Amino acid sequence: METANNFLRIKDVSTAFKINGQYYDAISHINLEVHHDEILAIVGESGCGKSTLATTIMGLHDPSETHITGEIDFEDTDLLQLDDAGYNRFRGAKIGMIFQDPLSALNPLKRIEDQISEVMTYHTSLSKAAKHDRVLELLNQVGIVNPQRTARQYPHELSGGMRQRVIIAIAIACKPDLIIADEPTTALDVTIQAQILDVLRDIQRENHAGIILITHDLGVVAETADQVAVMYAGQIVEKGSAKQIFDTPEHPYTRSLLRSMPQLDNQQDDLYVIKGNVPSLQKMPTKGDRFAPRIPWVPASAHEADPQMHEVVPGHWVRCTCYQTFQFPDEGGVTV
Amino acid sequence: MSLIEIKDLKVHYPIRSGFWNRVTDSVKAVDGITFNIEAGETYGLVGESGSGKSTTGKSVVGLEKVTSGSILYQGKDITQRRNRQLLDYNRDVQMIFQDSLSSLNPRKRIEDIIAEPLRNFEHLTKDQEKLRVLQLLDIVGLDADALYKYPHQFSGGQRQRIGVARAVATNPKLIIADEPVSALDLSVQAQVLNFMKKIQRDFGISYLFISHDLGVVRHMCTNIAIMNRGRLVEVGTRDDIYNHPLHIYTKRLLAAIPDVNVSERAAHRAMRQKVEQIYQSNRHDYYDDTGEAYPLVQVSPTHSVALPPELAHQLLAQESEAQD
Amino acid sequence: MWKTILRRLLIMIPEVIILSILVFLLAKAMPGDPFTGSINPKADPEQIHHLMKLNGLYDPWYQQYWHWVVHLFHGNLGNSYQYQEPVSRLIAGRAGNTLWLALFTMILTYAMALPMGVFAGRHEGQLPDTVIRVYTYVTYCIPFFVILVIGIWVFGYILGWFPTTGSISPNANGWAQTIGSHLTHILLPGLLGALFGTVNIVQYLRSEVIDAKHSDYVRTAQSKGVPSKDIYRHHIFRNSLLPIAAFAGYSITGLLNGSIFTETVFSYPGMGLLFVNSIIYRDYTVITALVLIYGILNLLGTLLSDIILSLVDPRIRID
Repeated sequence: METANNFLRIKDVSTAFKINGQYYDAISHINLEVHHDEILAIVGESGCGKSTLATTIMGLHDPSETHITGEIDFEDTDLLQLDDAGYNRFRGAKIGMIFQDPLSALNPLKRIEDQISEVMTYHTSLSKAAKHDRVLELLNQVGIVNPQRTARQYPHELSGGMRQRVIIAIAIACKPDLIIADEPTTALDVTIQAQILDVLRDIQRENHAGIILITHDLGVVAETADQVAVMYAGQIVEKGSAKQIFDTPEHPYTRSLLRSMPQLDNQQDDLYVIKGNVPSLQKMPTKGDRFAPRIPWVPASAHEADPQMHEVVPGHWVRCTCYQTFQFPDEGGVTV
Repeated sequence: MSLIEIKDLKVHYPIRSGFWNRVTDSVKAVDGITFNIEAGETYGLVGESGSGKSTTGKSVVGLEKVTSGSILYQGKDITQRRNRQLLDYNRDVQMIFQDSLSSLNPRKRIEDIIAEPLRNFEHLTKDQEKLRVLQLLDIVGLDADALYKYPHQFSGGQRQRIGVARAVATNPKLIIADEPVSALDLSVQAQVLNFMKKIQRDFGISYLFISHDLGVVRHMCTNIAIMNRGRLVEVGTRDDIYNHPLHIYTKRLLAAIPDVNVSERAAHRAMRQKVEQIYQSNRHDYYDDTGEAYPLVQVSPTHSVALPPELAHQLLAQESEAQD
Repeated sequence: MWKTILRRLLIMIPEVIILSILVFLLAKAMPGDPFTGSINPKADPEQIHHLMKLNGLYDPWYQQYWHWVVHLFHGNLGNSYQYQEPVSRLIAGRAGNTLWLALFTMILTYAMALPMGVFAGRHEGQLPDTVIRVYTYVTYCIPFFVILVIGIWVFGYILGWFPTTGSISPNANGWAQTIGSHLTHILLPGLLGALFGTVNIVQYLRSEVIDAKHSDYVRTAQSKGVPSKDIYRHHIFRNSLLPIAAFAGYSITGLLNGSIFTETVFSYPGMGLLFVNSIIYRDYTVITALVLIYGILNLLGTLLSDIILSLVDPRIRID
């Protein structure tokens, strides 16, 4: 379905890293769309490939060490066909990125003002005075109380929450259509996290941007996302609206994750533990359901040989057929 | 008698300045906190970064120079090095750290890492020692072949379990767990928390569970203290803290926990912003003139809050009205 | 900032006093006396005894030290036994030569090391990087004096491109020739000193550049759409040069120490050569004066490094 609204289409994208001379897929055959005015959360545990997806969209991989296939259509351009100079017209201008660690993501030797105005130097023809005004405006927009003062400061003089606001200011300086936020609140306290998520949502509303929010925190997703894609072992295993994912999760992995969260009702009980470990890049299964080894009680016949995405209800997709019969052991799901 | 009694503990760091580099001020990392940990319980110490919760934990293990106050263990003040030696305190109280990779010596094998506290405190023969290490690995669910591996060969969750195995090696009475699961993925976190609970059931260990994650604390702890800038602002049972919070700081922390109920998203956000607004506008009601927390007042046998007594009881009345 | 500098200078006073006592005692503890080498071995022991007495060499050490300090404050460093002239004038005459050589070596060192280090770091793992690394390892393995001896042999004697001794040609007339002659004399020692001095800086800078290249703030710059050459210019170079800049203060110290080798091998009349000769001839007054000067310069170099660091790195404040 082609609508003017889906301005980012990720089609069958795989990214492989070279390890000891051989290429291994970190993400394989990813299909996603991002719309204006929408927050798409990509959720998964470490090693699932969610950050690789972000850096693939941003074109931040060294081509001599990585092998990328597929298409990333962004406003009528296939980003993967661009050279570095071509990419630079998009990075910072139409796509902004917010990183996880706000201290190391800022240059320790440059004043905040210079770090924010740098992005405008390359994408706008604003005069020095105009850039200065815009910096103050941006700092104000991300909720910094004294923009004049902060603009003159260095990163180490700011608190973690303030630094993350500065990072957001950099990302939105040129009013990008797409903002990629990679674990934007992981390094922050909960109260600051809530404020930063509010800022992100406000900005999205004002700029009509689309946001890809990458996180491992299901709580953050439930509070913020419109659409959710759950990743496991380099693949998307389930996607749908936030309500669909949290209220009627289908894929065994999504259900397992939600079950392992500490909740009010299981204070005294043990938490649910997913059996086994996430496979490493070199040991990633290439055939069959990648999650199958972690739900060993499910009979092989329940899995597809080559698991595909199935639409359960409109807009809600699940990989592999095993979700239809899946039950946890205490629900009666035992080895057949 | 409680297992451990912390009384008016203060840890201040001097600030030096001026031409002669004299002590002109101090950072009050921990500024007069009092609480008890009972045998076999998990005591939660919650706070944001910079609240002093880790410094408190380190003081209890004896890794921090205490400015004043006392920590009583078996009736003796263990802030004195002599008493720590006398009581074998460092055997009875162990620590689990947040970063399992940097807290395990990368050049030592797992066998030596786990056996280290045994070698310090117990005089076992080689065979006895090995047997004990194998038992410990079994307790935390690791295979015997882990013995000869190095820390980097394990995943984060496995390393954290090795940290747990090391901590329980000497049959301690108390384990200080400083953010033990905050670096772990959800499914691995569940595993480590389960192990911690199992060990507690089997060996009657107490935990001082230091964390910023109120969800995890709720799952683990029976009694909880909320720490804010070096002082305790609210102390109570799990029910007191989560269902009847009185201090605005506690309410603010609780409101900031993301809610997985998607349908209630807007309502939850509105509630959080309301609390935040009260926190911003009515701050002076909850903190004294210098911006510090008030001394704790008791509002129920289990529940104390750092507020002027009138306000505390007024809030308590409001709270019970709202419950009815 | 000025307060801190003043305080650091004040702290230096006891350091210098302790240093001077140590230096004085060590010089006294050396075997032999100032007349051992300079006087006819058949000289009358009575006469030597008289000379020693005249020069106060039989006084208790603290009296000798006190005399020395009092004279020091009058700008009188004593007379050289070997050269029979005031030590201050002797050192002043040599200091210029050493200063020029050190300055020249330093400029050459940085002029060579900075591009090499940055280039190696930028092209990590590629051929130019490998060549530069092999060069640094090889140079690092050879002792400094061996480099000097090989250099003087190849370029001085075999090829005859440079003069091998002295600081100026006796035939130089007029200011142009004087400067020219000075330059040709410091060219080879300076070059060899720089060759050796680059090693540490190149290796350090290379790893700094590599670290900076993979840092998060560089990734931020990339995602701002900054072209890679500008990322190098605005982010990587400046950030990785920072520790090198701070190193400058210490490297002055290193150069002075190195001058002892260089000047000896090249018979270049500077403070280093004077130092070595004074040791050979037990010329206490000169030795103590020189060690004191070197020691103070060392302390000042450290202070200079701290000051530079606080100027270029906003995270470090001395106040």
